[in-house]
Amino acid sequence: MNLMEYQGKELFRRAGIPIPRSQHVTNPEDAAAFVERNHGDWVVKAQVLMGGRGKAGKIKFAKTGEEARAVAREIMETPMPPNRQNPKGEPINSLLIEEKLPIKLEAYCAIAIDRSTKKPVIMVSKFGGMDIEEVADEHPESIAKAFVDTSGGYWPYIGRELAFKADLDPGYRKGLPGIVAGLYDLFFRYGAKLVEINPLALTEDGRVIASDAKVELDDDALYKNPELKQWQTALPLDEDETLATQAGLGIRNFRRFDGNVGTMANGAGLAMGTMDAVKNAGGSFANFLDVGGGANAERVRNCYELVMNHTAASVFFINIFGGITRCDEVAKGIVEALNTTKSRKVPLVIRLTGTNEDQGRRILADAGMTPVQTMDEGAAEAVKLAGAKA
Amino acid sequence: MSIFLDKNSKVLVQGITGSEGSYHTGRMLAYGTNIVGGVTPGKGGQKTEHGLPVFDTVHDAVAATGATHTCIFVPPPFAADALFEAHDAGITFAVCITEGVPVHDVLKVVGATPGMRIIGPNCPGLISPGKSSVGIMPGHVFKEGNVGLISRSGTLTYEVVDLLTRAGFGQSTCVGIGGDPIIGSTFVDCLREFKNDGQTEAIVVCGEIGGSDEEDAAAFIKAHMPQMPIVAFIGGRNAPPGKSLGHAGAIISGKFGTPQSKIDAFQAAGVPVADRPSQIPSLLAQRMPAGVSS
Repeated sequence: MNLMEYQGKELFRRAGIPIPRSQHVTNPEDAAAFVERNHGDWVVKAQVLMGGRGKAGKIKFAKTGEEARAVAREIMETPMPPNRQNPKGEPINSLLIEEKLPIKLEAYCAIAIDRSTKKPVIMVSKFGGMDIEEVADEHPESIAKAFVDTSGGYWPYIGRELAFKADLDPGYRKGLPGIVAGLYDLFFRYGAKLVEINPLALTEDGRVIASDAKVELDDDALYKNPELKQWQTALPLDEDETLATQAGLGIRNFRRFDGNVGTMANGAGLAMGTMDAVKNAGGSFANFLDVGGGANAERVRNCYELVMNHTAASVFFINIFGGITRCDEVAKGIVEALNTTKSRKVPLVIRLTGTNEDQGRRILADAGMTPVQTMDEGAAEAVKLAGAKA
Repeated sequence: MSIFLDKNSKVLVQGITGSEGSYHTGRMLAYGTNIVGGVTPGKGGQKTEHGLPVFDTVHDAVAATGATHTCIFVPPPFAADALFEAHDAGITFAVCITEGVPVHDVLKVVGATPGMRIIGPNCPGLISPGKSSVGIMPGHVFKEGNVGLISRSGTLTYEVVDLLTRAGFGQSTCVGIGGDPIIGSTFVDCLREFKNDGQTEAIVVCGEIGGSDEEDAAAFIKAHMPQMPIVAFIGGRNAPPGKSLGHAGAIISGKFGTPQSKIDAFQAAGVPVADRPSQIPSLLAQRMPAGVSS
């Protein structure tokens, strides 16, 4: 679960990380009223999960209530423009009105999870305000890293060392250790996968302040902070994740693509392998679908309908390797799904191997279906049928 | 030999009276695993349906049975607690089957349980065919032999093992290391063990997109075991960036975790990468010295 800037900054506030004075509003009238009451230099920032707000003209300035109303309207009028990762763009439902900081310098500070060392890694760079991947490309040596031993935890010397190693302006030295302490605290308290301050501003008057906030939370840890679950509903839901949940699957178990071969397999690895097999056979897959372990008839039917109703599949390749999952159960599910579904029907290619394979094949044979033997064979057959249909 | 697990390994099951724990305990016993008891707090003194003793704490269980291995089937919020308890009681090898364990819990566990080898979480466990199985792998697919296998996934592992077995390649130990971003044992951790195992004469590494575990494995192979016949496979080659497919760890973000970088790394280490699982047995046969087979 990704947080918007204003939500991330709320967590920063709780962890004692300095943030600019601000007000979160949901319409131009409230924006105007706030600035009217608090004359000064304000920044009006669209609250979205997509990056690139500045370039898209979704960050503007206002000094008076009238200006605030005008820029708020302008920002909210059109959604964030689409990019490769978000082909639909993103609607703008709220704004953060924030004190305009007299910024002297911009740095970067983040904590992420390092898979190789199995430790949290703190990263600091003097190149703030730009995409960290660009920094990693152009100035890899500028990113100072510290891998934290979780049994000892974070101590201020780590932040002090990072400030020196990253060659930050001396103005950062006093503030950084405490800011990293706050990040480390909320990293564990809220179960974050990434906490990022970019830019971490040094102001003309010597303050070190988090000018932006990017927080990604681990969905598996949300139960520890139930109040954050309410935040989740305020965020735009990914359509595939919503469909997966409605079908009784985990949010990561379903994903749609542009092809015409619908796929379903048990287990994520095999489901990815099935997509690869379709591609290897010269076809294009319509979706990723992991039906999960121990799939029963109802789940199989839900998955069948999910693919029929929400993808452009013209053939459906079901690839089951029965380990824990029993082939006869899956076969029953397929037959029942076909008998009870109101969805459209397409040719099925079924590969069924493993536990109780013979019983499963018999159930399918009784229903007039003949499963194939191997994944490659099934993929080739499915691609052939899809080609014939198109 | 085999790695991590043989027929004498004494195994506990934490969460043995739960539905998953109980079911898979039955399957493991049927395979021949030396399960000596289980732990469910509050049910100490009882017997399971399999006739095994139940203990309130891992300490009690270890004191009474001398167990060294544990298999954990508790719900996600209690998994890290179960691992810490096992470590505190002197367990040296723990398999955590549980899916959905908060990644921060795992970070804390792996950083503070020296001396205990952890497999998982979110993994199918491991099996030394003909000897012992700890976890949820379907024993009938496997056959004893001399190919070691390491994989991040469950069902894909069974697919590959099935192909190996049918092609006449038995297995020494097959380890499902798990699909999460942070796991107790990586490919490299397992390769290091296989390197010193007398039974293992060839290895199959089944990776997938996301992270850099495969690249690390390739570097290790190049530096420490260039003579070992090894074949790799990368699942999810056609997955889009930015979206994780099923496994939390299977995600390409930016330039990281791409299939090409993994394939390049393996090839640079002299390890052929199969385009599809069905190519693995023949690639392996090409790499095996003449006369060696299962």
